[in-house]
Amino acid sequence: MQLFLEQMLNGLQFGVTLLLMASGLTLVFGIMNLINLAHGSLFMIGAYVGATVVARSGSFFLGLICGMGAAAIAGMVMEVAIMRRLYRRDHLDQVLATFGLILFFNELVRMVWGRQPIAMSTPAWLSGSVEIIPGIPYPEFRLAVIVVGALVIGLLYLLIMRTRLGMWIRAGASDRETIGALGVNIRLLYTLVFGLGACLAGLAGVMAAPFLAVQSGMGENILILTFVVIVIGGIGSIKGAVAGALLIGVADTLGRVYLPPLAALWLPPAAASNLGTSLASMLIYLVMAAVLAVRPQGLFGGAHGS
Amino acid sequence: MKWQKSYIAAAVLLGAAAVAQAAPVKIGMVTTLSTPGGYLGDDIRKGFLLAIDHGGGKLGGVEVEVLVEDDGLNPGTARQTVTRMIQRDGVKLMTGVVFSNVAMATVPQALKEGVFYISPNAGPAALAGERCHENYFNVAYQNDNFDEAMGQYVSDQGIDNVYLLAPNYPAGRDHLAGFKRYYKGKVAAEVYTQLNQTDFAAEIANIRAAKPGAVFFFLPGGMGINFTKQYAQAGLSESIPLFGPAFSFDNTLVNAVGEAALGIMNSAQWSADLDNAANKRFVADYTKKYGQAPTLYAAQGYDTAQLIGSALAATKGDLSKPDEFRAALRAAKFDSVRGDFRFGNNHHPIQDIYVRKVVRGDDGKLTNVVVAKVFDDHQDAYAAECSLK
Repeated sequence: MQLFLEQMLNGLQFGVTLLLMASGLTLVFGIMNLINLAHGSLFMIGAYVGATVVARSGSFFLGLICGMGAAAIAGMVMEVAIMRRLYRRDHLDQVLATFGLILFFNELVRMVWGRQPIAMSTPAWLSGSVEIIPGIPYPEFRLAVIVVGALVIGLLYLLIMRTRLGMWIRAGASDRETIGALGVNIRLLYTLVFGLGACLAGLAGVMAAPFLAVQSGMGENILILTFVVIVIGGIGSIKGAVAGALLIGVADTLGRVYLPPLAALWLPPAAASNLGTSLASMLIYLVMAAVLAVRPQGLFGGAHGS
Repeated sequence: MKWQKSYIAAAVLLGAAAVAQAAPVKIGMVTTLSTPGGYLGDDIRKGFLLAIDHGGGKLGGVEVEVLVEDDGLNPGTARQTVTRMIQRDGVKLMTGVVFSNVAMATVPQALKEGVFYISPNAGPAALAGERCHENYFNVAYQNDNFDEAMGQYVSDQGIDNVYLLAPNYPAGRDHLAGFKRYYKGKVAAEVYTQLNQTDFAAEIANIRAAKPGAVFFFLPGGMGINFTKQYAQAGLSESIPLFGPAFSFDNTLVNAVGEAALGIMNSAQWSADLDNAANKRFVADYTKKYGQAPTLYAAQGYDTAQLIGSALAATKGDLSKPDEFRAALRAAKFDSVRGDFRFGNNHHPIQDIYVRKVVRGDDGKLTNVVVAKVFDDHQDAYAAECSLK
């Protein structure tokens, strides 16, 4: 039972890590109707800049701020230089252009930081563990990830739903021309939204750096899962991103833990290990297929989009 | 008429020089330079080029021209590049392959074209066993060697309950099989994770619950960094020690893991602190030339070049008589940075395997030191399946 609770907590924490990535992506996707494959590159920039600043200064907070800042700046430059040309083109063009950006950023990172992965240590004041479930010490840093994720989503919700800026953003998503005619600088607004999404990716990068390998191409592994999350949740919906991320985090974790022993109940060990492990890696895609079969627009989809 | 004379003299001299200087021997190096695994091929190349420096710009006293191409860790691309080098550039001698899946796609192809192939890293079982070839040599190891040594070492330490972890792909299963070949105790669990998995919290929770005596894991590249960091954060490093083959613990990776890697035991056929003249010279000059400590892969690249050099010296760079060149390669008359080195019947190394420990070096960076020699003159398990004598 304790182990089950711990695994649920692990699933939750993994979900929150995905959520930090997914919230930025779904914001850009839903509001600007833009597919950005290079979102993982912004995650990578956050991790690299964060790790470098932490190594030089020793301050985790400074690393966090610089990582988020660098990702946001990179994102806004990207928006002004490239993305603006893509809004009116179809999604395939966007996929091609942003895939090109992935290659560009991976090579850039290799030129600046070298081919070798770099280290980022856990801040000392978060490197212990607490017994949140009796008898099971849980790493403090993972708890911190959960807290940061919850905070970010809360703030994002307030920003979109309760502020004037949020109102413009929502209005811009529904009707770009009209809000432009009403005197809101829509170009600037889009640049800001893209920067905000990039900043969230950078935050996810810095928060992930202490327990992931900081290396060129690190964003792609997690990007695939992020797309699964926002497709399940409904493209463009923050609520959907939350639901999708938690669903995927928990399903993936529990699948990895319980499917192989479950398969061993009625199969010989070698076949069970094969089948269980393979089923566990497919599980999130099965979940996605099931959700899309029942609700093709995703769990919370349909509010925005065409 | 003086100028005419000097022109003629110059022409004669140049002509003589052209005759004396035969065309350099072309060596094709198709290796992995991009993707996260790109530093492996880069290290192999650096080691290889250092050996050429040591030979005064030559290998075995013979002019060489090294053609380097990236395979992008893509078997298809690698195959095309290898074929192009052989057919267009007329390369007769190839090396470079890092990953076993790329080796299986390119090495048999190159051998079919009548080329000599010297693998500086990948050593899949098939190429050591039933599909071994007279023109294929592996200077590094057979893939299972390190795992076998670790299985033996863990048993020697009296640990009799080990938790096994590897990614769910053929090489992952091979490495765990290698460990179990020499490990005599009980297997607490044998867990296969997803390839390129980033989060290991669930596996780590299960390890904590299973309370094994030790964990043996094969998780190459970024997966190993992720797992090791998260394992240390979960506070398990002290109570349940980690063991693994050296692939996750070269100097590059341990410094990317940081503090969490300290004390981890790993097995390899080479270490920077091995006490022999060739190794001392290699480590000192490599560090001076590239400003970083050499990795296992760099050492293998260096030995690959040295082996080629020894065969070129014996045949004076003449590859037109393959039997002589092959015999010279088999003899392996060079001073390996590992110390003792010779080839078995299947052209894979018979060599000593060590267990190393991650420690903090004098320069403040993490590095490995030898703790024990586990195997003396170890040969791989597939040699008997090879038809070569």
